[in-house]
Amino acid sequence: MAFKVVHYINQFFAQVGGEEMAHIAPELREGKVGPGVALEAAWKGEAAIAKTIVCGDSYFAEHEKEAKATILDWVKAEAPDLFIAGPAFNAGRYGYACATIAKAVKEELGIKVLTGMYEENPGADLKKDILIVATANNAAGMRQAAPKMAALALKLMKGEEIGASVVEGYMNQGIRVNFFEKERGAKRAVDMMIKKLNDEPFVTEYPMPTFDRVAPNPAIKDLSKATIALCTSGGIVPKGNPDHIESSSASHYGEYCIEGVLDLTPETYETAHGGYDPVYANADADRVLPVDIMREFEAKGIIGKLHNKYYATVGNGTAVANAKAFAAEYAQKLKADGVDAVIMTST
Amino acid sequence: MVKEIERAGIPVVHMCTVTPISMTVGANRIVPTIAIPHPLGNPSLTMEEEKDIRRKLVGRALKALTTEVTEQTIFEE
Repeated sequence: MAFKVVHYINQFFAQVGGEEMAHIAPELREGKVGPGVALEAAWKGEAAIAKTIVCGDSYFAEHEKEAKATILDWVKAEAPDLFIAGPAFNAGRYGYACATIAKAVKEELGIKVLTGMYEENPGADLKKDILIVATANNAAGMRQAAPKMAALALKLMKGEEIGASVVEGYMNQGIRVNFFEKERGAKRAVDMMIKKLNDEPFVTEYPMPTFDRVAPNPAIKDLSKATIALCTSGGIVPKGNPDHIESSSASHYGEYCIEGVLDLTPETYETAHGGYDPVYANADADRVLPVDIMREFEAKGIIGKLHNKYYATVGNGTAVANAKAFAAEYAQKLKADGVDAVIMTST
Repeated sequence: MVKEIERAGIPVVHMCTVTPISMTVGANRIVPTIAIPHPLGNPSLTMEEEKDIRRKLVGRALKALTTEVTEQTIFEE
């Protein structure tokens, strides 16, 4: 007896139409439609798509509650062994719909679910809640995506143990599982290093967090008319650290007025930063935040003006998400104050 | 933080000692500095010599801000 599957796809993959048909309400069809053909082929008779649900991407986005209710009713009536959605590649609304409806089916009906999409699809935000197979960013990747999804789907239906995300091809859910490696760590590290030296491919065991990129802004045309602000992650604060910025894992930043301040002295400024020897910064905070030189340049007319406020936090162990939020906030203040450029110093 | 400032539309130069971190983080204009605890100073020198170094480094940062870049650039000299 083959496993029973319900498949969710959008109007485009059902060949109803493109954007002009994205408003269609969910419809229930018998058997497989569109990408379901490739999934079923990969299951080689072990599983079959009983029903396909087709829903317009805009309809789902704009009528999420109604769409969810209708689809959950249909899936419940069918009681499949697995609910599979997509793959959505980099289609944003489709990916969101796939992930959202899969999550609802899993949580409200207790049915196993699987979807697939590109890692930067907004729907991939739900990767911790449901299994999402990572796919290419466009439908040309269907040939790779369908067998990967089909294989993982079959494992789920059979109740087999699901391996690590890098092996099975789903998006990392941030779950760690203890197991014994065949080779000890030192050997694995040396093997990896030799591969790296030989320009051979290797797989890291500890991927670094990914950082997005922002394109550089145009250069300053005329420095002598520019207002320049100083910012630092080096923890320079007025003596006594009035805002109590933590020496590690800072939870906030400080905004400090330097109107009329020509030089940072040991009596007036210090660092709140832990993790590096504070002696040098405490003796002369200009070594981290060069107010003295900026004033000099201001007086000489090299720069138009040193902005009268500076922003500081402590970079030591501070979460990327926090740092990002701090700067996103004070960048708007800098902008509102007409600052033309920023010098950020880090320790 | 540099990236968020850049994202807000303000050109920014990152002055730091560990430039690979700055590269990883995504700063576009980078000026390498002296040492982690005193990026813009050197306590083994006299105050005047130190200021001179700081003047040079800040000058380099200003040069970076007035230089058009299309990709991450480290301003060494």
